[in-house]
Amino acid sequence: MSFGLPPVFAYALRRLLQAVPVIILIMVATFLLLKLAPGDTVDALVGDMGGADAAYIARMRAEYGLDQPVWVQLWRYMAKLATFDLGWSFVYEQPVSVVLMDRLGTTLMLMAASLSLAFTLGIALGAIAARKAYSLTDNLISTLGLVFYATPSFFLSLLFIYLFSVKLGWLPVGGIKTIAGFYTGWDHVVDVALHLIMPTAALSLIYLSFYMRLMRATVLEVADLDFVRTARAKGAGEFRLMIHHIMRNALLPVITLLGLQFSTVLGGSVVVETIFTLPGLGQLASQSVVQRDMNTLMGIIFLCSIIVVVVNFLTDVLYARLDSRIELA
Amino acid sequence: MTTLDTDLAPAEPPRLIVFWRRYKRNRAALLGLALFVIVLLMALTAGIVDPGDPLRRAGAPLTPPLTDWATPLGTDQLGRDIFSGIFYGARISLMIGVVATLVAIGIGVLIGALAGYFGGWVDDVLMRVTEAFQTIPNFVLLLTLVAIMGSKIEWITLAIGIVSWTAPARMVRAEFMSLRGREFVDAARNLGVSNASIIFREILPNALPPIVVYASVLMALSILLESALAFLGLGDPNYASWGNMIGQGRSVLRTAAYCAVFPGIAIVLTVLSFSLVGEGLNDALNPRQKK
Repeated sequence: MSFGLPPVFAYALRRLLQAVPVIILIMVATFLLLKLAPGDTVDALVGDMGGADAAYIARMRAEYGLDQPVWVQLWRYMAKLATFDLGWSFVYEQPVSVVLMDRLGTTLMLMAASLSLAFTLGIALGAIAARKAYSLTDNLISTLGLVFYATPSFFLSLLFIYLFSVKLGWLPVGGIKTIAGFYTGWDHVVDVALHLIMPTAALSLIYLSFYMRLMRATVLEVADLDFVRTARAKGAGEFRLMIHHIMRNALLPVITLLGLQFSTVLGGSVVVETIFTLPGLGQLASQSVVQRDMNTLMGIIFLCSIIVVVVNFLTDVLYARLDSRIELA
Repeated sequence: MTTLDTDLAPAEPPRLIVFWRRYKRNRAALLGLALFVIVLLMALTAGIVDPGDPLRRAGAPLTPPLTDWATPLGTDQLGRDIFSGIFYGARISLMIGVVATLVAIGIGVLIGALAGYFGGWVDDVLMRVTEAFQTIPNFVLLLTLVAIMGSKIEWITLAIGIVSWTAPARMVRAEFMSLRGREFVDAARNLGVSNASIIFREILPNALPPIVVYASVLMALSILLESALAFLGLGDPNYASWGNMIGQGRSVLRTAAYCAVFPGIAIVLTVLSFSLVGEGLNDALNPRQKK
């Protein structure tokens, strides 16, 4: 990273070019897979209308291009996708891109909040557990980690709702803001934040346990290395040693894991958003499956893939920033 | 395991005993094993402890726990016995856990072995496919697969396997890449052993230990995925499933939280048992690795 910005741009470009075939592969495979499903959009629409005559159905199929051979449909879809045209959602009667953009903000907020919580708390607890290895504190933290790991997010969500909404009445049960609250400015921010507390906690605890366990293991490993001993011999205080020498190196595997798991966390938001009726991409995904809104489902997969690629790129850049041995090339 | 080390070195105790000695050093792993045995017994005895369909009506709706001997953990809003649901749910969870794990490891070993052994363009193509699978959020892919294939339990199990194979594939690939250049592989190749034989009989047995450990993680993840699907009401409605019980319990959370809490505890303990057993296996199979 000694050349400033340009290598990062070159690296970004190269990564982008690598990601294109992967995303094309994903979209082609998903398209063909969805064609295997019994029933198409027209069937679903006709079902909603309570039936229609054969001539009308045929006309609708022709209109949507569904009467064409699969490969023609695939070609048309991919050609449109190349211009970022995701098609039309027949359920929402809007372009898919508009539907997705409506939902993206909520999901990104949930992701950002959950991952920051999981990451900061995870590395802090992991580091503490490692420094006090095999003590009562360590056992307590490690046990907590195991329990978090084993508790499914939907069960945790229900426990939270039962405790904090039903019993204590502290937090709202669902939604992203108070309906008919008409809050503005700061009040609006607080309102949204209150709605995000339980979903964030429910989604992040399992990942918190991952980061914590990995952090504990790597801190233990790094703390034994020669350069730490050297620094200690040179009189570095324990706190400085931890922050500057151990943490910096122990963070690397945790950041890798963060990047690798991002798509899993995004998947986990399906369940959490559904429970807390958060209007995000995850909730949209499960609704699209039920409503057979294939264009929207394809759009979600496309958008999620791009988000995952971008996040993986960012974690790589972060990794290179922290580890000076690695050059982005 | 066709040839044992004991043939060559009679002084060493059998592998299994060494393995057990190392395993039992980890107390948490012993607890995990005990929990696992309990869940296994529940799964095996479900039909004996409570014969009949767990989805049938067994008592008055919403009977609280510990009030009626026939339904010790109470009944849900349809009068179904929660105790019996938990026993039968253990059966479904374990079955899905085992089969989905086998599917995931089967696909993962095949792809990882081919990519790692041959390298070159085979590796490039297979790794792009692996990346594609890793890029789609696994639960979204799972939903899509279930939407296509339907909610029959066989298809759900297969779908869970299909969304979970990438991690084992990468592990097997890494092992193969480091093992393929070893002398015993060269020796086999020079003897004219076929590629298939080298892959499956020479390298694979050496690449397995990390996969065995990861299998316990996969089991836990499979059980979590199935319960999440069932919770959303997308599971197979013909079987009692813990996730489904929790999903149903959600609507009576205010008045009868136990409907969701008991199956929830069952999931937590089962997943916990797998991860503890996994740690024990890790200690026993990789004794030199630091904890």
